[in-house]
Amino acid sequence: MSMEFILGHLNYWLFIVLMMIGFYIVVSRGNYIKKIVGLNVFQASVFMFYISISNVTGGTAPIFPVDMNIDPDVIYSNPLPHVLILTAIVVGVATTSLGLALIVRIREEYGTIEEEDILEMDSAAQASENLKEGSSMGGRA
Amino acid sequence: MELFINLFLFFMLVVTALAILKMRHLFAVVMLSGVFSLLCALLFVTLDAVDVAFTEAAVGAGISTVLMLGTMALTSRNEKMPRKFSLMPLLVVMATGAVLIYGTLDMPNFGSAKSPAQTHVAAQYLALTPTDMGFPNVVTAILASYRGYDTLGEVVVVFTAAVGVLILIGGLARRRHKDEEEAN
Repeated sequence: MSMEFILGHLNYWLFIVLMMIGFYIVVSRGNYIKKIVGLNVFQASVFMFYISISNVTGGTAPIFPVDMNIDPDVIYSNPLPHVLILTAIVVGVATTSLGLALIVRIREEYGTIEEEDILEMDSAAQASENLKEGSSMGGRA
Repeated sequence: MELFINLFLFFMLVVTALAILKMRHLFAVVMLSGVFSLLCALLFVTLDAVDVAFTEAAVGAGISTVLMLGTMALTSRNEKMPRKFSLMPLLVVMATGAVLIYGTLDMPNFGSAKSPAQTHVAAQYLALTPTDMGFPNVVTAILASYRGYDTLGEVVVVFTAAVGVLILIGGLARRRHKDEEEAN
């Protein structure tokens, strides 16, 4: 592995490390709000990964001078991933708000937003149902 | 110099993410997620994506944080202590990270002008925008015109999410009121 290869791929690796921290928050923590925050961290890292693909060395932001006198020697970064990520950020907020609304509903029904407690309540409800209806129904009574 | 700034911002991002992982006060977690978004926006500026940086700072750090604060106010403020530490999530995350890093190995170098992403339609958009549109911002030109249907799809998704949120929590105040009346 040459130095050039490492420097050329460092950005991608850094964002994958960040992505994995977000992923770890999602899978290891039981609090639903924290899971959503972890999902946002994951999402933002994916955005940074895409934006680093669009970057060109020595390039500048893809906005021309106001008088539209375009210098052909100036290199512009790739605007297409920027557009994709603009869309993704807005969609991300929409999905986040849907997740948060689900959390509010879960809290209303269960009185808690901890995954452990909710699973416990569910299995307790299932067990009492089995006791009442008999386990012959396969728990689907 | 740019590499140094990138590394510094990345270091701050990692510290913020680890603090989010460790904190138990949800208020601090939500605020740190706003900090994370702002740091992201800074990184987008150094990577030449100024429009994305604006959006991330306004939407990611602003609206998301407000929504999460609202949810926190309606639910709870503290995270419960986990009962046991489990090794499984760590293993899953490590394996996923290793596979992803393996996937980047044959990617073109960062900032390479000859990578497939740079040589396809992007060059055409850059060349055609001055004559087609006559305004300087290429990102706007693609978002609102060349890729207008994608943006329409985005609006549909946002609309669907808004309808979903309204259906989920629309009757919240009414239901609470009813419960209180029943309790009395």
